[in-house]
Order: sequence, then structure tokens, then C-alpha cells
Amino acid sequence: MGIVETKNLVFEYIRRDEEGNVEGITRAVDDVNLSVGQGDFIAILGHNGSGKSTLAKHINAIHYPTEGTVWVDGKDTCEDANLWDIRQEAGMVFQNPDNQIIGQVVEEDVGFGPENLGVPTQEIWQRVEESLKAVGMYEFRKYSPNKLSGGQKQRVSIAGVIAMHPKCIVLDEPTAMLDPNGRREVIRAVRALNDVEEITIILITHYMEEIIYANKVFVMDKGKIAMEGSPKEIFSQVEKLKSLRLDVPQVTLLAHELRESGLAIPAGILTCEELVASLSAIRRRRGWG
Amino acid sequence: MSIILDHVSHVYEAGTAMEFAALKDINLVIPDGQFIGLIGHTGSGKSTLVQHLNGLLAPTGGNIYYNGADIHDNDYNKKELRSKVGLVFQYPEHQLFEIDVFSDVCFGPKNLGLDKKEVELRSYAALKQVGLEDEYFYQSPFDLSGGQKRRVAIAGVLAMQPEVLILDEPTAGLDPKGRDEILDQIARLREETGMTVILVSHSMEDVAKYVDRIIVMNKGQVMFDNEPREVFRHYRELEEVGLAAPQVTYIMQELKKSGFDVDTDIITIEEARRAILDALK
Ligand SMILES: Nc1ncnc2c1ncn2[C@@H]1O[C@H](COP(=O)(O)OP(=O)(O)OP(=O)(O)O)[C@@H](O)[C@H]1O
Ligand SMILES: Nc1ncnc2c1ncn2[C@@H]1O[C@H](COP(=O)(O)OP(=O)(O)OP(=O)(O)O)[C@@H](O)[C@H]1O
Ligand SMILES: [Mg+2]
Ligand SMILES: [Mg+2]
Repeated sequence: MGIVETKNLVFEYIRRDEEGNVEGITRAVDDVNLSVGQGDFIAILGHNGSGKSTLAKHINAIHYPTEGTVWVDGKDTCEDANLWDIRQEAGMVFQNPDNQIIGQVVEEDVGFGPENLGVPTQEIWQRVEESLKAVGMYEFRKYSPNKLSGGQKQRVSIAGVIAMHPKCIVLDEPTAMLDPNGRREVIRAVRALNDVEEITIILITHYMEEIIYANKVFVMDKGKIAMEGSPKEIFSQVEKLKSLRLDVPQVTLLAHELRESGLAIPAGILTCEELVASLSAIRRRRGWG
Repeated sequence: MSIILDHVSHVYEAGTAMEFAALKDINLVIPDGQFIGLIGHTGSGKSTLVQHLNGLLAPTGGNIYYNGADIHDNDYNKKELRSKVGLVFQYPEHQLFEIDVFSDVCFGPKNLGLDKKEVELRSYAALKQVGLEDEYFYQSPFDLSGGQKRRVAIAGVLAMQPEVLILDEPTAGLDPKGRDEILDQIARLREETGMTVILVSHSMEDVAKYVDRIIVMNKGQVMFDNEPREVFRHYRELEEVGLAAPQVTYIMQELKKSGFDVDTDIITIEEARRAILDALK
């Protein structure tokens, strides 16, 4: 069994009026079967309201299934006895960096998690050091978080999660509020955690160019999984993605447009190098050097 | 008719240990009808700047004129200013508070003293403009997804039909289609009504596609103020301050290095497509 598994997961938000009568039901997650292996880097895409955040909140037991089952590291999230383990094994990072940092000093903020877990003091300091180093923020350990840029704050939030020694981190649009540099820093940190520490990553994002490093992509549509595959497989289907309100990175889009204009370029180009290589090949075939 | 910023500075928490100069001697003229992109690293002062334009923050030095009048004169009508200069805040969840989505959008136009029918017509139209489906109109704004909340916040300001529309990172958290729809809609509204639009954004691609002037902020000062193509020519300097050029500009640089005869100051996909096809002819 993988680190995160869902079987026929359904979640409904039920709205009630003041008397408690049901006013409306929104089926936010609709029969989702997900299987994430330990060490995977998964990306989840989908239109606004497609159910990404609702699904994510099942992974660390903020929401419980209306129907179906969710297992984290083999443990059913519905069983109270598993709650502590699950919250420690699956960490969450959210969109707004300002709402996640509570400490007055960076290292103190990162130490809160393990402290709450009852980790001995000596080990807390070790963990704080490791975690800050893993996201490239160790030199800022004595800073006050409100002196940091958005990208730096997000990396501190991620360090706070890592200090809990999770097996899996769910990041719900961690870069939405960041400038280009901040986005790069966060994605680089996330990739390093996946490569070096082998932490499972589940990244939710609306930035298509952030998912090219994932080994598997899920696309949600109205609560259901509509597409599933490698970034190359997903981004080969430009028209289908557009119909699901999504997009492709600029380089993929340019390659697509050039193909539509008659150039022999393969589908699913993800990087600038690939595009340059394939245009150079065309040029050679046409006899320019 | 225009907005003029004359030697505007803003110091937060002056005289305390937290003192911070967020704006330093800003001089800008914003004529009617321009579509302006305001970019800059986190903390460069973008949100501080735009909150000065509708009088929400007062400069600690310098003056701001709207259509010739100093907005901090004692007899200046601030309330009217807020209805003419509409600001969609960076964090829409801070702006929503009514019991349902429709009432929330009605709040602004209602405060303008319009009659009920007009308020409702405008609010309905604004919600349609941002692409929120009818089924959400009578739900609590707090029960919406992140992107849906943002649409409601934008609709609330559109419904006031401002002369100047300021959007502080309106597309953060919107799905790609929603991002295009809203920016297309705003570009169209500007064409139709001649309103001024100021778009604060971290998306270089969006800014390149829509605006006709970019103002780049760096540490509280204006670093560049020019047409997009001119600004993105300085992509190395932009990188040094946390920004970048659109991805397509980098592709053109790489093609040039590989011996393709293409311009490197290209900033949109369509231009790039044509340039590459020409180079291969
Ligand atoms: N607290 C809530 N109460 C009622 N309905 C909700 C609540 N939160 C979300 N919903 C609804 O559930 C559906 C899924 O929302 P969710 O937040 O999971 O979407 P999302 O894919 O994360 O969207 P976004 O990209 O905008 O963040 C939406 O239709 C939304 O309106
Ligand atoms: N109320 C405040 N008190 C003290 N300092 C503040 C306050 N509000 C903002 N600042 C500081 O002023 C600077 C400019 O902040 P501002 O919010 O204008 O930046 P921004 O360019 O909008 O950044 P972002 O891209 O992150 O939204 C930052 O260093 C910020 O920490
Ligand atoms: Mg969400
Ligand atoms: Mg801001």
C-alpha cells in the first residue's frame, strides 16, 4: 500500500440554516481513487472549486470522508486512534505565508511542531537546524519572520512541517502569493526534499510550469479525477486541458502553436531545451547548417 | 484628468523600532485610460502604493492629486474618491463579510446611494462578468473555494463602476482559464468605458500580454517605468530584484544563441510564433 490511498472517496459540504435544516449540499469530492507511492512527487491541478483543497484536507484528517476511505501510511483516517500519527506523518502548507507563521523568531517557529509532539529539547534543536538547512533558510534562523520575503516565509513554513519528520507533505498553492523569485525558491526547496530526503510531495498549483518535475499529475474536474499521467502525457493534450479550464507552460503552448502552424514538433514539449533542439533539427533538415 | 503622485513617501510606524520606509520619493503621473502593470519583489511597496491612490493610506511626505485636487485637503470628499478609485485588495477574504455573495457585491453600489434596482442590476452584471455561476449567489462567501472568493471580491468593486480600477494581484489563486477570462473582461471594460486600470501582478506573462505601461518597484522606489518591451529588455536587472521576463523571452534568447535569426525582445507567444516561422522560411 502507498503512503496515501483513497478508495471511492466522496465528500459533501452540507449547509444548514439557523434551525439546522439542510439548505444545500455540495459534493466537493466525487468518487476519487488515488494512490500515491512513498517518495512520489505528485501534482494536482484543477479549476477553481474542483475539489483540490477539500481532497487535500482529507490527507491530514482535517476532513473525514462522507463515503469511502482514506489511508495514510496504511492507517484509516477515520479512526481516532490514528489521528496523531497521521497529523505528524502528513504535513500541510497553505497559500498565505502570513497566516502560518506564529513564532517571533524563525527558529522558534520551526521548533513549535516538534515541541508539541513532545520531542526532547536537544532533539528539537537538531531538527530545527536540519529543517532550516533543507530549505536553505538556516542563516535566517535568528530573524523575525515579518522581516522575510514571501518566498522566505513559505520556506520557513515548510521547514516547520519538515521538523515534524513527516513522510508526506501536501502543499496547497504554496506559491500563489509569491514573486517569480519566491516561486523558484519554494519549488527548488520542494524538489530537494523529494530528491534528497525522499519525502513524498503532493503539490496543488495553478502554475503549470511548476508541475513539470512531478512524476505523476492528477487533473480534477468537478470533484472527479479527469486526467492522470506524467507531465508529458498531460501536457500533450493542450485542447483537453483548455476544456478543463487549464493551460500549459508557455514553452509547451508555443510548441503547440508551431505544430498547428505546420512544423514537425513532437507533442508535450516541457522545456526550453527540448524546443530549441527540435527547432534546430527542423532547420538542419531544411538545409541551413 | 489624471492621478499625480508628487514626491510621495510612506514610513510605517515612524519613531518605533519597527520603523520602515515603504515608499521613497515616488513621482508618477497616471493619465486617464491607461492600462498599467505594477510589478516588484515582495515587500517592494506595491500594495502600499496602491492604497495611497484611493486615500486609504496617507503619505507621510508629498502629495497626491486626483483630477487636480489634493485628496488630503480638509474639504476633499474622501468617500467620493473611494467610489471613483476602486481597489480590489490583495487578500480577498479580508474584503468579504456579508451573509451571502449577492449582498456582498451589492454593498459597494448600495453605499453610493443608488436605488435598489440599479444596485441589483449592477451587482448581477458584475458577478456575470467575473464568471461566478448563479448557484453560488445566495451562499455564504466563506463557504467558497479560494478562487471563487476572489471572483466575488472583484465583482464587488466592478459593481461600483469606478473610473480607476486597481487590482492588487487579482489572479493569484485563479485557475488559468479564470485568469484569462477576468483579465480579458477587464481589458474589454476598459476599451468600452475608458477607465484606467492598474494591475499589480507577480505574473510577468499576464503583464506582458495586457498592459501598455509597466512600473517596476524596487525597495520602495520606481526602478523602471516604460512600455513592456522596453522594461523586459532589462531582464537581467529584473532578475536581480526578484523578477523575471516572461518565459517566452528566455526561449527567444536561447534560439538566438543557437543561431536562429530572431528578435530577443519578444514578450508574447503570438509574436514568438511568427518570428520563429519567419526565421525558418
Ligand atoms: N466550507 C465550505 N462550505 C461549503 N462549501 C464549500 C466549503 N469549502 C468549499 N466548498 C465548495 O466545495 C467545492 C470544492 O472546493 P475546494 O475548496 O475543494 O476547491 P479547490 O479545487 O481547492 O478550488 P480553488 O482552486 O479555488 O482553491 C466548491 O464548489 C466550493 O464552493
Ligand atoms: N502595517 C505595516 N507596518 C509596518 N510595516 C509594514 C506594514 N505594512 C507593510 N509593511 C512593510 O512595508 C513594505 C512594503 O509592503 P507592501 O505590502 O507594500 O509590499 P508589496 O510590494 O505589496 O509586497 P507583496 O508582493 O508581498 O504583496 C514591506 O517590507 C512590509 O513588511
Ligand atoms: Mg483550493
Ligand atoms: Mg502586496
